[in-house]
Amino acid sequence: MENEELIPVEVFCTTCHVETTLIDTLAENGLVEITVREQRRYIAYAQLERAEKMVRLHEDLGINVEGIEAIENLLERLEELQVEMTGLRNRLRRYGENAQ
Amino acid sequence: MDYYKTLGIDRNATSEQIKKAYRKLARKHHPDLNPNDTAANKRFQEINEANEVLSDPESRKKYDKYGDHWKHADQIEAAQRERSTAGGGGFGRGGSFGGGGQEQDFNDIFGSMFGGARGQARFRGHDLQAELQMSLRDAAKTEKRTLTVNGKQIRLTIPAGVENGQTIRIKGHGGPGMNNGPAGDLLITFSIADDPVFKRMGKDLYVDFDLDLYTAVLGGEVTVNTLDGKVKVPVKAETQSGTVVRLKGKGFPAYKKDGVFGDLFVTYAVKVPVNLTEKQKELFKQLANS
Repeated sequence: MENEELIPVEVFCTTCHVETTLIDTLAENGLVEITVREQRRYIAYAQLERAEKMVRLHEDLGINVEGIEAIENLLERLEELQVEMTGLRNRLRRYGENAQ
Repeated sequence: MDYYKTLGIDRNATSEQIKKAYRKLARKHHPDLNPNDTAANKRFQEINEANEVLSDPESRKKYDKYGDHWKHADQIEAAQRERSTAGGGGFGRGGSFGGGGQEQDFNDIFGSMFGGARGQARFRGHDLQAELQMSLRDAAKTEKRTLTVNGKQIRLTIPAGVENGQTIRIKGHGGPGMNNGPAGDLLITFSIADDPVFKRMGKDLYVDFDLDLYTAVLGGEVTVNTLDGKVKVPVKAETQSGTVVRLKGKGFPAYKKDGVFGDLFVTYAVKVPVNLTEKQKELFKQLANS
């Protein structure tokens, strides 16, 4: 069952038309987690969407690994801010309701 | 759609200029960089379509000649040859895309060949929007739900602490892509109903509590309802109506932060006893005069 949730790195790279060195570099920078089982390297299914996004940023937009790392940090911050903004909007709505 | 205008380039741009223009625009509008932004998503589809056509020399040549109908260039040319052989006029002028009269002629050809259908380049399907209603108490715990969207069942894990109005994106569960393009995404917006007991502000909860006069005056202990059960709270003597006490960590879970909870703020409303006996009234009079 566990094996079904892992995708060999070389299969991922073949499917995405990228060199395995890109995944190595992403992993070295802590952007993608690689799982090693019996000397074979895998990407966990849960990491797949993230890994595909990194590949798109690299291949489609020509962004280097340092740039991808910066983007990831900014997107995380953006998500936090969006959640915070929604929370503040709800809060404002409640104050408005209480004031009526 | 004018692909050159979409990419902001000249009609005689080189392939290098096309690539540069595409990447510059894609870096701004790419869906990975604009999560939950449908306008940016739509713009990126247009940019992508323009790039796919203009970056391929064959497609570009056809586009330059036939405009929007470039995908049917072969059929148009075959039809032109047929008409020319049959003595029909109006084609074979070899003009480039943009001539009004010729555009009309192409439309005529499509009307007869495809019943008015127009060709479309490969691109991503549309995003679908859905609303999911939850109670405040459901939103306080990580929930697994199965949704049926367009006949397909989607298993969804909703992290505890989701906000009212917050949208999450489920990749690839939107409308189907066109001409082998990828499917769009499903955007689910949460609608969290107000709770009759608890008011939520971010990760903090607020609750009103009726405190009897005697406990307010003399102090004691009360049992307060929280989201995960009842807790005993000590009450200081001479507690005033409107006093707020904070129960640390008894509020709402923080979104995607395991083990982090807000606080529960309890506001006391001191209730004056009613239906007093004559003896009790007398005792209050004694208190008042003491």
